[in-house]
Amino acid sequence: MTDQQTQNKIKTEEYFINMGPQHPAAHGVLRLILTIDGEIIKNVEPDLGYIHRSIEKMCERDSYQQIVHLTDRMDYLSSHINNEAVCLTVEKGLEIEVSDRVKVIRTIIDELTRIASHCLWWGVMGMDLGALTTYFYAFRDREMINDIFEETCGARLTMNYNVPGGLMFDIHPNFVKRTKDFITHFKTKIPEYDRLLTGNVIFQKRTKGVGILTREDAISFGVSGPTARGSGFSSDVRKHHPYSAYDLVNFKEILFTEGDTFARYQVRMMELWESVSIIEQLIDNIPEGETKAATKAVIKLPKGEFYQRVETARGELGVYINSTGNKNPYRVKFRSPGFSNLSVLNHISKDVLIGDLVATMASFDFVIPDIDR
Amino acid sequence: MNFTQMIIPLNITKTISDWIYSIMPETAASYTIMVIIAVAYLALFAVAGLYLVLLERKVAAWFQLRIGPNRVGPWGLLQTMADALKLVSKELTSTIKIDKFLYNLAPYFVIVSALMAMAVFPFSEQFQAFDINIGVFFLIAISSIGVIGILLAGWSSNNKYALIGAMRSGLQTISYELSVGLSILTMVLLTGTLQLSEIIEAQRTGGWLILQGHVPSIIAFMIFMVAGTAETNRAPFDLVEAESELGAGFHTEYSGMKFAYFFLAEFINMFIISSIAVVLFFGGWLSPFGITENIAWFPQVFWFIIKVLGLIFLMMWFRWTFPRLRVDQLLTLEWKYLLPLNLMNIVLMAIVIWLNWTI
Repeated sequence: MTDQQTQNKIKTEEYFINMGPQHPAAHGVLRLILTIDGEIIKNVEPDLGYIHRSIEKMCERDSYQQIVHLTDRMDYLSSHINNEAVCLTVEKGLEIEVSDRVKVIRTIIDELTRIASHCLWWGVMGMDLGALTTYFYAFRDREMINDIFEETCGARLTMNYNVPGGLMFDIHPNFVKRTKDFITHFKTKIPEYDRLLTGNVIFQKRTKGVGILTREDAISFGVSGPTARGSGFSSDVRKHHPYSAYDLVNFKEILFTEGDTFARYQVRMMELWESVSIIEQLIDNIPEGETKAATKAVIKLPKGEFYQRVETARGELGVYINSTGNKNPYRVKFRSPGFSNLSVLNHISKDVLIGDLVATMASFDFVIPDIDR
Repeated sequence: MNFTQMIIPLNITKTISDWIYSIMPETAASYTIMVIIAVAYLALFAVAGLYLVLLERKVAAWFQLRIGPNRVGPWGLLQTMADALKLVSKELTSTIKIDKFLYNLAPYFVIVSALMAMAVFPFSEQFQAFDINIGVFFLIAISSIGVIGILLAGWSSNNKYALIGAMRSGLQTISYELSVGLSILTMVLLTGTLQLSEIIEAQRTGGWLILQGHVPSIIAFMIFMVAGTAETNRAPFDLVEAESELGAGFHTEYSGMKFAYFFLAEFINMFIISSIAVVLFFGGWLSPFGITENIAWFPQVFWFIIKVLGLIFLMMWFRWTFPRLRVDQLLTLEWKYLLPLNLMNIVLMAIVIWLNWTI
C-alpha cells in the first residue's frame, strides 16, 4: 500500500493543546500552545503576559533608589544580581567608585545566589523528568543559603541588599563563618547530586541528544547564560566584561559543545563548582572599608543613556536607563535572559515528543516573571 | 463451580459457616458465605490499600529527608483514613461534555479488577478464598481488565490530557502484558501447574523457585519486576499520569470517590504484582529455611505479608529514585530488550528442566 492510500484510509489530524498557564511543567504562568500530531510536537507557540506587571513603566515613575526594589520581582531567583545590575548602572551614571569591600561582598552574595538558583533548578529539573526526590535534596542545601541571607539582610528571597553606592548595611558578624560552613557542607553534596541524578541511565537517555541547540542558533536568537554555554557559545559576562570583583578571582567559563539538554545540565552542575571556588577565593580576604559611598538623598542621573550588563543565574541581564537629568529615569529597559532564551524554544522543539519538550524546557531554567516583567 | 473448594480460614470462621449451613438450605448457605467472604475481602483490601498509601507517603518521606504524615493519629496512622473520609464526602463534579455512562463506569472496571484478583491468592495454607486449578491464568486475565477502565476514563472524559494518558496506558499495558505473561510462564514451566497453592507446595521441599531454577529464575524475576512496575503504571513507567507532561493523565477529570478508586486501585495493583512475585519466586507463605514450620501457632500469613511488603518497598524505591522514561524508550525497552530476553529465557528454562539441573 502506498503512502497515499494509507492516508486516504486513516485520516489523522493535528490538534492543539494548552500547556499552561496552569501546568506543572511551566513553573509559573507560561502558556505554550502546542500543535501536536499524536505525541509529536509540530509547533510551540509561547503566549506571554500572564504575569506582566509593567515593571519597566513603573520604573519611570519611581526614583532610582526605588527601582532597585522592583527588580527583585523580575527574576526572583537572582534577586541580588538584578539589584546589583541597577545599582551598577546608577553608579556608572553618577561616576561613583564603590569600595573594594562592597565589590567583594556583592560578588560573594552573587555567587551564593547563583548556587541557590542552580540548586532550585536542579531539583525542578529532576522533578520535571519524574524523579521527585531531587527537589528535597536541593532544597535542603538551598535553605542554608537562605538562612545566611536572612541573617545578613533580613530577607530570604527578595533581598534588596544593594543600594546605589554600596550596600544597605554591613554584613552580619556570622556571615563569613556561616558561608564557610555552607561551602564545606555543599562540597560534599554536589557529588551526591551526581550520584542521584547525573549518572542515572534513564536520566541520560532522556537528556542526551534532546533539544539540540547549535552555536549559530544560540547566537542568532540571542541566547545567553548556561543555555548558550551548553552550545559552546562563550558568553559569560563575568569573564568578558567583568564587574564588581570578578576581575580579582580565577574561575573557568564552563563550555560544552554538544548543545543538547545534557550539555546544558552539565554546564550548570559545573558552575556550582566554579561558584564554590569563587566564594572560597574571596571569603577569607574581604577588605576593610566603607559599605556605602556617599550619595545625595535624591539621585539625579546626568542626561544621557546608561547600560550595564551582568550575568544572572539564567544569562545576561542588561539594564538600559535613559535619563533626562530628572530624579526619575525617562525610559528603562531590561534585557532579560529568559525572554531571549524562550524565543529559541520553538526552533529546537520541532518534531519531538512531549516528554522531550518538558526536558528541554527544564534545562532552559525559565523564570516566568523574568520573561514577562 | 464447586463451592466446597472455598477454604475458610481458622476455626472461628468454621463455626460461623457451620452455623449458616445449619439454619438455611445448602445452596442459600453457600451463596451467603460467598457474599460474606466477598464483603470481608472488600473491606480488608480497601483498608490494606489505604495503609499502602500511608506506607508510600512514609517511604517517600524517608527518601526525601522529610517526616511524612504525623498529625492525624499516632505516627500519622489515621491520615489516609481521614483522606478517604474526605473523598467519600466530596461532591462528584464532572464537566458537561462527557460520555456519562462510560465516565461513571470506568472507575469500577479498575477497582473491581484489582479486588477480584485478590480472591485467588493463598495468603496462608488455609487463607484462600478461591483455589482454582487455573489460578495463574485467572490472575493474568483479571488484572488485564483494568486497562479497559483506564482507556474508558480517558476517552469518556473528553479531555486531551486524559486522552493522551489513556492512549499511553493502552500501549504500555498491552506491551508489558507480554513480559509479565511470559515471565510467569517461565515459572509455570518449572512447577508444571497453574494452581497457586500447588506452586507453593512445590517449594516446600525443593526450596524457593527463584533458587530451584537458578539463572533463568533470576532473569524471570527481574523481568517480572520491571514489567510488573510498568503494568501498575508506577514510576519510572508512570507516563500515564506524568504530571509534568499531562497534568494528571487519564483521571484529570475525576473527583471525589471516583478519583479515589483509581488511586486505590494503583496501590492494590502494586500489592497484586508483589503477591504474584512472592508466590512464584519466594515461596508464598512458606517461612525461610522452614524456621517456623513446626510452630503450630505461628501465623503463616506473617511471612506472606512480610515478603510482599519487601517487594512493595522495592517498587517504592524505584519510584522515588528514578526519573521517568519517555514513551518511545518505554516501547524500546519492552520490544527490543525484555521480550527477546524473555523468549530466550523460556528456552533456557526448558533446557534446565530437560537436563534436570534444578536444585
